[in-house]
Amino acid sequence: MSDAMRAETITIQGHGGDGIEAYLARPLEGGPHPGVVVIHHMPGYDRATKEITRTFAVYRYAALCPNLFHRFAPGAKAADAAAAARAAGGVPDAQCIGDVAGAIQYLRALPDSNGKVGVIGYCSGGRQTYVVACTLDADAAVDCYGGGVVTSPEQLSAARPVAPIDLTPKLACPLLGLFGVEDTNPSPEHVVRMERELRAHGKSFEFHSYEGAGHAFFSVDRPSYNLEAAKDGWRRIWSFFGEHLAKA
Amino acid sequence: MCTNLTLTTSISGSGLGREGWFAVDQAVVYFDHPQDAPLAHALCLDVRGPSSVSDPAERVAVELDVRSARRLAETILATLDHREVRTVVGSSSAEGA
Repeated sequence: MSDAMRAETITIQGHGGDGIEAYLARPLEGGPHPGVVVIHHMPGYDRATKEITRTFAVYRYAALCPNLFHRFAPGAKAADAAAAARAAGGVPDAQCIGDVAGAIQYLRALPDSNGKVGVIGYCSGGRQTYVVACTLDADAAVDCYGGGVVTSPEQLSAARPVAPIDLTPKLACPLLGLFGVEDTNPSPEHVVRMERELRAHGKSFEFHSYEGAGHAFFSVDRPSYNLEAAKDGWRRIWSFFGEHLAKA
Repeated sequence: MCTNLTLTTSISGSGLGREGWFAVDQAVVYFDHPQDAPLAHALCLDVRGPSSVSDPAERVAVELDVRSARRLAETILATLDHREVRTVVGSSSAEGA
């Protein structure tokens, strides 16, 4: 099977009907293909996240990464848009949900879609993935070390008014969680809290925590990269999405 | 970890940006994953102005390791607390003291 793909920046309809920038990578042959929405990390809609998006296309998923910072700085470089978003108080959860809903809808409407769409997010995108999975009709979700799923009342704000863990009863799809034991947010204690909550509500989930790995262990361009955790993590992702999205 | 912790303060002066000097009115300080510095986390400082809204690239940004950031903060304070500076600032109300 060919690994040829098409990757490009497109405009999708996001929260409130706004047109926002998104990066689409899709296999050129075969199909039907499942879809994956990639939620970028706090440093933004950057080269590294686009590389991850293309990796999903190599593995025969149509992948779409919405630029959650687009409204803060249309057309700006990733670093400048991330800074503008930071100065403006960050992405409100409601806006993120609307943008990801638009991305899911776009992927399901592709002519070669198999109708199934998963969501994966890294770092702050891991937290957003948890929120999205508890709000929208995704078919599977992967939270990669999302900090702030377990959060205290004083950390809540107008932009992020609900602790994601309190949304757990509404989780509507299987969840894969990948964490580093050396991470402090989410810490191993946070991960245990999440497991307890998911179990209490009878949710389908699978968590893996890697010894010796900290936050952002998938980031090949950062000192936090951890080869063993990243290799096993990718293996878990292919197995999980293969089971819940690609299986006929 | 990633943080949503962001502190901002109003400032007054000029910053040297891509196209030259521009008026600045806000400093945004946070501790998180940097864009470029080879660090897991960095103290990030963005100095922004009214023109940063229309041109997001119009800003002065640095990403520093923790020790550097502390040294910089201490050096700024040491400069401001220096006797010569105190003399100058004390003799003029136009220095923004």
